[in-house]
Parts: sequence; C-alpha cells; structure tokens
Amino acid sequence: MEPLSWPMIFAKMAVQFWPVWAALVATVVLSLQFRRRLGLYGKLFDSTVGMTGFVIVMFWVFTAIFADMIITYDPIAQLSGLKNALPGTPVEGTGQWYLLGGDHLARDVFSRVVMGARRVLTIAPAATVIAFMVGITLGLPAGYFGGRLDTGLSFIANLVLAFPVILLFYLLVTPEIRSTGVPIALAAVLFLFPVIFVSVLLNSRFFTTPAKRNLYVGVSLAIGLWAYSGLAFNADPTGIWSMDPNLLNVFVSVVFVNAPTVFRIVRGIVMDLKSRDYVAAGQTRGEGAWYIMLWEILPNARGPLIVDFCLRIGYTTILLGTLGFFGLGVSPESPDWGSTIDDGRRLLSIYPHPAVVPALALMSLVLGLNLLADGLREESMRD
Amino acid sequence: MLPFLLRRVGVMILTALTLSFVVFSLTNLAPNLEKLARTEGSVRMSDEAVDSWIINNGHGGLMITRYGQWLGVVPGWTRTDDKGVTRGRCIQGAVTAEDAPRFCGILQGDWGTSTVFREPVAKTVTDKLASTGWLMLWVMLVMVPVSLIIGVMSGMREGSRTDRVLSTFAIATTATPEYVSGVILVVIFASATTGISPILAEWGWISGRTLFLGTATSAIDQITFWNFALPVMTIALYGIGYIARMTRASMTEVMTQQYIRTARLKGVAFHQVIVKHALRNALIAPFTVIMLQFPWLLNGVVIVETLFNYKGFGWTLVQAAGNNDIQLLLACSVVAVFVVLVTQLISDVGYVFLNPRIRLS
Repeated sequence: MEPLSWPMIFAKMAVQFWPVWAALVATVVLSLQFRRRLGLYGKLFDSTVGMTGFVIVMFWVFTAIFADMIITYDPIAQLSGLKNALPGTPVEGTGQWYLLGGDHLARDVFSRVVMGARRVLTIAPAATVIAFMVGITLGLPAGYFGGRLDTGLSFIANLVLAFPVILLFYLLVTPEIRSTGVPIALAAVLFLFPVIFVSVLLNSRFFTTPAKRNLYVGVSLAIGLWAYSGLAFNADPTGIWSMDPNLLNVFVSVVFVNAPTVFRIVRGIVMDLKSRDYVAAGQTRGEGAWYIMLWEILPNARGPLIVDFCLRIGYTTILLGTLGFFGLGVSPESPDWGSTIDDGRRLLSIYPHPAVVPALALMSLVLGLNLLADGLREESMRD
Repeated sequence: MLPFLLRRVGVMILTALTLSFVVFSLTNLAPNLEKLARTEGSVRMSDEAVDSWIINNGHGGLMITRYGQWLGVVPGWTRTDDKGVTRGRCIQGAVTAEDAPRFCGILQGDWGTSTVFREPVAKTVTDKLASTGWLMLWVMLVMVPVSLIIGVMSGMREGSRTDRVLSTFAIATTATPEYVSGVILVVIFASATTGISPILAEWGWISGRTLFLGTATSAIDQITFWNFALPVMTIALYGIGYIARMTRASMTEVMTQQYIRTARLKGVAFHQVIVKHALRNALIAPFTVIMLQFPWLLNGVVIVETLFNYKGFGWTLVQAAGNNDIQLLLACSVVAVFVVLVTQLISDVGYVFLNPRIRLS
C-alpha cells in the first residue's frame, strides 16, 4: 500500500472523529436554540471569542468521552517495523494506516494523543475541583473573620506560593517519597476538605429543619467518607474508590500547588463583599457565619470564580504536562501529553511528529480554555 | 516606610527559614539517605551497614539538629571511631580535628560538597548561576520591551483591530507552555528534515544543515545569535503574553481617566498624551507583574535548559534532584526561594515608590 498524502491523512482523521463532530453539532445547535433561557452559559454564544473557546474545549471533552471509538490502534501496542514511522505509513496486511506515524516504540501517535486527552481531561478538572474546594473552605473564613486566622492561613499560603513549582514537584513526586507516606498524609489533609465543604454547606442551609438536615448531611458524609477512605488511604472495602499510588502522588501535588492561589482569590473577594448590604442584612437576621459565607457571599462571588476555574484547568493541564516532561508523570506507558512530548523530544530534530502532535493538542486545549475564560469574563461583566 | 520594610524583611526571613527546613526535611528523608549511603558507600551494603553508614556520616539524630548544623547554628557533628580517628562535619580536606571550626553551615559559607560534580556546592552553584544569568538577561531584554509595547499598543485604543490581533496573540502565547513552544520552535527552525531549514539549505542560503542550533550546549562557552535565540525566545514567549495582558488592562483603565480626557480636550496630540500622561501611570501595575514573573522565569529556565541542554542553574537543579545530590539540591532550593522572596519584596517596595497614592502605616 502507498503511504497517505497529507490531505488524505486529514480526511481520514476527520472521519475517525465522527462521534465528536456529531456531538459538537448537537451541542452547538441545541445551545443556540435555547440560549436565551440558559443564563450565563447561553450568553457565552453571543461572543465570538467565548464560543470559539467553548467549541475547542468541547472538542477535546468529546474526544475524551468517545476515545474508544476514535482510536485506530491500542495506544500501548507496539507494531513491528513502524518505529518512528512517518505520518500516513500503512500497516502491513491490515489495510490500515498509522495516521500520524509511530513513536520511538512503534506505537500509534494518533491513538496515543486521543487516549491522552482522556487522561488529561480526567485528572486536570478533578484536581482543579479539589483545589477549589480547599481554597474556598479556607479562604471564606480567612476573608470573613480576618484576624489571627487570616494571618496564619495567609502565611501558609504564601509559603507554598514562594516555592518554585518545579522544585516542589521534584521533592514531592519522586518514587522515594512514596515509601515515606508524605503523599498519603497530604492526601489525607487535602481530600478531607471536599467532605467538610459539602457537609458544612448543607448543614448551614438546612439546620433549621433537623430531619432534612440529618438526611442530607448524613448521606453526603457517608458517600464522602467512603470515597475519602478509598482515595486517600486505598482502604475502601468495595474497591470502587481507589487511586493508583503514582497517580495519587501527581494528583496531590497538583492540588497542593493550586489551592493557595484559589485561597488568595477567594479571600480577596470575600474581603470585598463582606461590607455589602446583603451581608449586613443576613447578620441582622441572625444568620450563622457559615450560612452567610456559603449562601450569601459565595454565590455572589461566582463570576470571577468561574472565570478562574476555566483558567486554572488550563494551568493544571500545563502543570501535568510539566510533570510528564520531567518524567515524573503518571506512568511511563501512560499516553498523557506531557510524557509523550518528553518521549518524543529526544529525536526531535529527526522525527518531529511524536512530540509535535501532543504539543499542538495541549496548546489547543489550553488556548480553548483561555478563550472560554475570556468570553465568560466579558459576558459576566456585562450584567 | 521603615517599619513596613522591617516587617516585610522579618516575614521574609521567617518564610525562608520555614521553607528551607521543609526542603531540608524532604531531601533528608530516610529513603534518600539510604540511597545516598548506597551510592557513596557500596551498592551491596547490608541494611545494618547502611544504617551505621548513615549514623557515622552525621545523618542520624533529630532532623532539627541536623538542620541546625546545615544552617550553621548548631555545632557540627564529630565522631571518633575505634582507631581513634576523629571525623566530623567541619573536618574535611586539610583541616585537622584540632583546628576545625565548631560551626560550619551555610551561614559560615560552607555549602557542602556535591556528590554529582565532585566539587564544592558553592562553586557549582555560582558557576551555573552565571550561565543562567546570561539567559535571564537576554530573556528580560527581549521580553520586557516587546510585552510592554504590545500591551500599550493594544490598550491605547481598546477594541480596535490592532487590539484584537495583539490580544489574540497574547492569549495564544500564554496558552503555550515552554515545553510546547520549545518543541515547535525547534521543529520549525532547527530541524534538518522539517520546517524552513531544509528549504533554506536547498537554496544555499545557509551553510549548515539547520538555520538555528537545536541545542544551546555551545552557548556556555560563547553565546551567539544562532545558538541562543531559540532558548531565549522559548522562555520569553510565555511571559510576553502575560505581561502584555496586564499592561493592556492597566492601559485601558488609564485611558478612561479624567486627566486623559482633559489632556485630549486641551488639544495635546494623541501620541503626546500616551507618552506624557498615560504611560507613566499605566506602567506601575506591569512593574509588579514583571517582578512577580521571576519565579515563573525560574520554571521556564528549568524546562528550557533541559530541553536545549544548556548547562545552567535549571539543568543543575534537575541533575541534583535526579541523582539524589542532597547538598546541591538544598543549595539550589535556597537560591530559588531567595530569588522568589527578594523579587516579592522588590515588587512590594517598588509599588509603593512608584505609586504616590499609596501611603503606608
């Protein structure tokens, strides 16, 4: 068989991505149809920048969801004779091609990038969510009460922020450190915050009707602590919640790096908002401090927080890539983009494709997130 | 001003001490020491031998006292073995046990010996810092003017076509981390098979096989445009977008101020308004941002020096971390943390100086 030309490669790839196109078209058409009833999300479609960003991000999200249908080969299978194969090289006897060529271990670059999207898009948003919960749970009281609590927490946050990120990664994400239990201890602290956040959130809202409160808080505590035991200590008896120790290590350090910045942002917003009238009204009504923080201040701080959330997913993606680039990633076989770039850069000037493809993928995802954040910022400032 | 400065410096010293203690504990964890024992002693040591090696070489005892010794506020350890030979932290080289100083930590200028480079850590770090200094200098020379010009140009007339184009460029560069832009730049400019080099070589415009060099190893001896442009551009690109966006935000804010309108209504030419009235006020915020960009540059330096194999500070940090070189890694961390804290201080103090509206205490 003849090797494919570039137009043919792109055509073949476009065909492979068909579930993504279908889902994208459906999303955009439906959203445009109902955009007047969808609040901030609907308004996003009024700005070109925001919509472009949204489409790019959704492209990768759908790629991650439908990855199994898109890939042409097993991302870790090594086929003989296809080491560093150029894009469009046919695979003997199958009538198929290595669409974007093979890497230094003769694995299909195209399939690896697609599978890598799944890796990146599960870790980065999850880590960002946890970082946000940590930052919010600590930032709200620090900004609201001020005083010693604020001084102490801010000092700790500044400590972490003064650490060069790379150094922190080298100290936290090494194989040696896993045997000392430092990551597990960190996970034990950091993963506790989502549980605290949700229970306090529900408790402060429903404590006037104990029956409801007991049910909601009880259920969230049960699920939360169940997940907590599995994720942090790998002690879940049913085995549903568990995390590979390597992944836990990476995950925890990314959360640890992000949480202090979120803390600072939340604290700043709270200090600004706590002098508003509705806060004073709540205090006069005799509402509890946590109710005011979580149900009065937090919803009013959502604009900047949503924008920062988008930006931070992008930043987390960059951080994960950095970890992979230094070989500190999830596992050597993992198709995540950072590790793939690291693998590919050794032969960069001779065979550029194994490194360039994931590099472009990572860049487009982060660009999409930044554009989305920009669009959201523009639209949320308008009202 | 003075009380503010003193308080800031106080907090800074406290931060530095806490951070260095954290780094010290993390680098001196039991598995790291065991690995050190096996590389320095012998690979086939028994577990007991490893334990005794650790204790005999002063790595036993409480973490806090070892940290004190390293810092130079606790007397260095000494140990006399069965043969009556006294060894200790401060007894090394030609110094005998009798006239060895009691304290020898970093406060006394003793940074220990690197196990990778087999030379005093202080020498390694200063050498490498000098190399990185050149890189930083060029990055700053490229990054600061370019980003300020982009920011001012796009903030001058908000919403214009220039603004849209430049803002998109700025967003695109902030979305491109160093390891991505480095890879792309190498492929375009320094690859013998792709990008523009093969075309240029075919036309006979370049004598070598590639336009730029894909590695910056030779830049250690002599910096040329061809071996240094790509690393400098890679680091600068990421910063340019960020600083430009901050400058733009600050510039657009200034342009809506009353005094700009007054100046315009007075009949002052537009470029005069920009240069004389707007710029001075618009550049206060970017100053802080540029200063706070230093820690980020450090990140970029580590990535770029690894990617382009430029043997500077970042490369050393990676070597130290990868090879379990505890003393060198500690020194690198101290330098890195110091750089971060000092730039934070300068940015705070500079902000107060530049902005007369802020009065402290």
